[in-house]
Amino acid sequence: MEQILNNLVLSPAWYYTAARGLLVIVVLMSIAAYSVLLERKASAWIQGRIGPNRTSHPVVAWIPFLGTFLMKGGFIQPAADGLKFLFKEDALPGHVRKITYILAPCIALAPALIALVMLPFGELPNGKIITLCPGADVGVLFMFAISSLGVYGIALAGWSANSKYPFLGAVRGSAQLISYELAMGLSVLTVFLATATPQENNALSLVSMVKAQTGAWNVFMHPIAALIFLICIFAEANRHPFDMPESETDLVGGFHTEYGAFKFGLFFVAEYSHMVIGSSLFILMFLGGWHILPWVPTIGTGVVASLLGLAAFFIKLAAFLFFFVWVRWTVPRFRYDQVMRIGWRVLLPVAVANLIVYFLWYALKG
Amino acid sequence: MAIKVVQRRPLSLAERTYLPQILAGLKVTWDNLRRPPVTLQYPDERPTIPQGYRGVPTLVRDPHGREKCVSCQLCEFVCPPKAIRITPGEISETAENTHVEKAPKEFEINMLRCIYCGLCQEVCPEEAIWLQSQYSMTGTSRESMVNNKARLYELGGTLPDSHYKWDKKKAEAEKQAGGHH
Repeated sequence: MEQILNNLVLSPAWYYTAARGLLVIVVLMSIAAYSVLLERKASAWIQGRIGPNRTSHPVVAWIPFLGTFLMKGGFIQPAADGLKFLFKEDALPGHVRKITYILAPCIALAPALIALVMLPFGELPNGKIITLCPGADVGVLFMFAISSLGVYGIALAGWSANSKYPFLGAVRGSAQLISYELAMGLSVLTVFLATATPQENNALSLVSMVKAQTGAWNVFMHPIAALIFLICIFAEANRHPFDMPESETDLVGGFHTEYGAFKFGLFFVAEYSHMVIGSSLFILMFLGGWHILPWVPTIGTGVVASLLGLAAFFIKLAAFLFFFVWVRWTVPRFRYDQVMRIGWRVLLPVAVANLIVYFLWYALKG
Repeated sequence: MAIKVVQRRPLSLAERTYLPQILAGLKVTWDNLRRPPVTLQYPDERPTIPQGYRGVPTLVRDPHGREKCVSCQLCEFVCPPKAIRITPGEISETAENTHVEKAPKEFEINMLRCIYCGLCQEVCPEEAIWLQSQYSMTGTSRESMVNNKARLYELGGTLPDSHYKWDKKKAEAEKQAGGHH
């Protein structure tokens, strides 16, 4: 067991590397697909409805008890949705800029998948980290750099659609991303001030950040930074109440108005992948990563501890995705000028002030 | 009434951060989430239709089984979308309810045109056409959405009658004819 885990996580052989990559992509894709289901179910519950509860398959329906459960829970719905996107007629409107129109969905999805490379998920009994790219010491920088590339997909989609609503959506999306990226980076700086030691050269790695949270989680030590970061990942993932690029009510469908079928599906998956990445970042940096409870380093020993840690990470991830959904069905969308005001006149100054306060505190403490 | 001027209080700091309000909103949606759903699983569960519901227009018989419609064609004339088409017919001398005015030979209501306004029911002097509890009309062709006379009576069934107007008329007509019938 331990040997297999070790090989799967660490072996440099190409087939293990391929298996690792495939595993992570499959896991992320199914998490993204099932967060769509979570979105639909949770919105239904909040609105007093039942949500998807009809989709089934003869083979599944044949299983006595589980079949009904899977149908009522809508667990086959994501597969049905995916198939629908795949087999729909993929119309290419006559007025679009063809190359960028086709390229945009891929550009939107690719950064979300690339950013995964740096995500650490847990720790093996021998202290090695479960991640696709072990030993990278620029984790956070890389994540920020790559995941914000996703907005190029949105900008290109809006531009190539050659019509005004997608264009407005794209412009709003880019402006929002730039505004919130600043506050996001500044809020994380305070955490680095606390966790990184100058002599070490892996100061920016997510792993050392998680290890620094063996005691108190960063969310307790840096509540303001955590709050700013939380608001910013909502904005970065283009989620309510910051879904400026989409704004169905005022921009039809926003940047993906002209898209249909599988290309729209790619945007959809990209949005949810960004949610997954944002949530993982928040969990790793503020909620203790794979630590099960604050002030409790590990429960169990050896493989059990590793598996429990892995489970803790994914449970936190699920809870955080639910939080995304919960907020979406609670808070109405901000107006565009309000989004800009919050970003530039509230979050940025507060982040700077927070940084200065922590800076002075560490300086005086010596 | 005196005009009451409401002072617009400036927002407090907590209110300007939005955060307490958002938390309160999250509480509201959380409470909603824990409530049981109000969904009616339609094809499996059917709604209870209240009295006086105006569903699909139907033709009714009186408790003696006589068709009430006398094909006066008022409903055909009043029907705003012209969904009703009546072919009037005579009642043969040998039929049981002869001496009664007339009966429709064919009576068609096109449910693709009907707007469920109920004017046919309102205008009918014989209370023969009723919008009843049937609310779901489906068909696979245009023809199948036209209710003919047989279908209309099948849907309508029998409704109670208190005065049996035509029974009296018939008796009177037969008396005048000297019991000849």
